[in-house]
Amino acid sequence: MEEKVLFELNSAYRDNMRIKGYSFGSGEKSACIVGATRGNEVQQLYICSRLINIFKQLEQQGKIKSDKSIMVVPTINNYSMNIGKRFWSTDNTDINRMFPGYNLGETTQRIAAGVFDNVNSYKYGIQFTSFYMQGDFIPHVRMMKTGFEDIEFAKNFGLPYVFRREARPYDTTTLNYNWQIWDTKAFSVYTNATDSIDVKSAREAINAVLSFLNKRGIIEYKCHEGYISQFIEGKTLVNVKSATAGIFVRYADVDARVKKDEKLAEIMHPYSGEVIDTIKAPVNGIVFFHANQPIIYSQTPLFRIIPTDDLI
Amino acid sequence: MVETIASVGLPIDEKLLIQKNRLIPKNGLKGDKKRISIVTGIHGDELEGQYVCYELQRRIKANYDNLTGIVDVYPAINPLGIDSITRGIPGFDLDMNRIFPGFENGSMPEYVASKIIDDLSGSNAVIDIHASNIFLEEIPQIRINELSRDTLVPYAKLLNVDYIWVHSSATVLESTLAYSLNVIGTPTLVVEMGVGMRITKKYGDQLVDGIFALMKKLGIWNGDVITPKEPIISEDGEVSFINAGKSGVFVPAVEHWKNVKKGDRIGDILNPLTGEINEEIFSPTDGIVFTLREYPIVSEGSLIARILA
Ligand SMILES: [Zn+2]
Repeated sequence: MEEKVLFELNSAYRDNMRIKGYSFGSGEKSACIVGATRGNEVQQLYICSRLINIFKQLEQQGKIKSDKSIMVVPTINNYSMNIGKRFWSTDNTDINRMFPGYNLGETTQRIAAGVFDNVNSYKYGIQFTSFYMQGDFIPHVRMMKTGFEDIEFAKNFGLPYVFRREARPYDTTTLNYNWQIWDTKAFSVYTNATDSIDVKSAREAINAVLSFLNKRGIIEYKCHEGYISQFIEGKTLVNVKSATAGIFVRYADVDARVKKDEKLAEIMHPYSGEVIDTIKAPVNGIVFFHANQPIIYSQTPLFRIIPTDDLI
Repeated sequence: MVETIASVGLPIDEKLLIQKNRLIPKNGLKGDKKRISIVTGIHGDELEGQYVCYELQRRIKANYDNLTGIVDVYPAINPLGIDSITRGIPGFDLDMNRIFPGFENGSMPEYVASKIIDDLSGSNAVIDIHASNIFLEEIPQIRINELSRDTLVPYAKLLNVDYIWVHSSATVLESTLAYSLNVIGTPTLVVEMGVGMRITKKYGDQLVDGIFALMKKLGIWNGDVITPKEPIISEDGEVSFINAGKSGVFVPAVEHWKNVKKGDRIGDILNPLTGEINEEIFSPTDGIVFTLREYPIVSEGSLIARILA
């Protein structure tokens, strides 16, 4: 294992910010794994720290294939993590909206450039990240439609779903997007938690990465190979939104099979305690995403459902 | 007349309201009336437009007979942000100027964005007033995407600003309010002036003078207007950026909107712990300082100034 400072930022009032990468194996730049880009992505940090520990053991056992190397960057934003902010500590910008970065630009552009210089020449790029809305997902590999995405390789993670959505203008500055246009096959892995550590879900994510690297011939690792991933397009999911605001009382969990008209949640009046709206499943299906905040606005996407026939 | 453009329920006994005030001519809306829309407050920490909304309406009301078209004023596109001194939309961690054109069936911010676009579209001109952020002071200026140069520069010249910056297009900017409106044929000008969290009355008065000049050209105003000042118009290549090379406390040595020569000292980045100068900053070019750092604390990379050659 080799620890390297990929980028260092001097500060007038704090210890320098050091972005560290941990490399294993040698030769071909095979896979790069990036964890927390935002200050609240604790689960993502945890997963990477566990992976570093595992790669260290695999390296000692000679199970990293010859002429293959892996680098893990547990976080590119320890500054925000240390003060409990999601975005950059001074100007609140999002480093994951600054790629490919600019080494003569603003602070977060420089950070992004410093990181991108080090991570962009790998064959595969894996990012653990979080969604802009609060909620839980079925673990999945997420990709944007860029023309460079590779669905078959994404299935090598063995997670239940490979999810693809249309890219929007503001996506063009994410790490994932820039990896893709600079020839790295990029995958974003979503698990259940962000602000807290969910050990079970982290294990699933770690297993998925090891399974992927094993199938791609980068490491030797025997494990359960997971699921035969199902490919879904974002636009085929059925969105269920709240028609009214209030306290969100949820009954359906992620991965639940639901029948059309089954009760998924209720919205309770915040003062009188009356049920003012009942949220029902519009179709038969599987709950792919649900919101998890206790109080919700009207118009909030509460559930995303993968439609199924479900005759059995 | 105050109208509500969008209304969204917040969880606990409150509605989010996006409102506008519409001023129409005394003799009503017969015939083909032109419409100008003044929009501000997308970024909740940018307040310069608040004074402009007030002052424009005050002057119209003082000479109401001269109003010959429709003036729509939207002072708060992101009211929760303004109220809570938050740049983005509180609770969503979202820059509201990255979600346009929005969509009706989206989340709350996307729904609101789509309602705003629906309401603004068809205006003969939209002026979207920004105020830099808390970090930088800007001279009154209009920023125009090069794709809309031909339509917008003639309007921009009427607005009595000091400077028009025609910048190159970038995909990420395709989700701004201005881009989304320009694409559907509603001419929209982005004004940047002053500094975040403050009101610079002088700049506000200057812009209001210009809005009347534009209104007169569009057939919305019949009264006397000023002759707009001749702005400097430039493209990206003529703008030099100066970023901090070291962290510390920036103290400027130049004044905003003043000429500098190549090699002139722009300012120093000081070290309050050691009493030393971490970095002396010099101008890379002859030109005029149109953006100047206002907030003293800088880190490596913080923008210090922009100089127009
Ligand atoms: Zn702004």
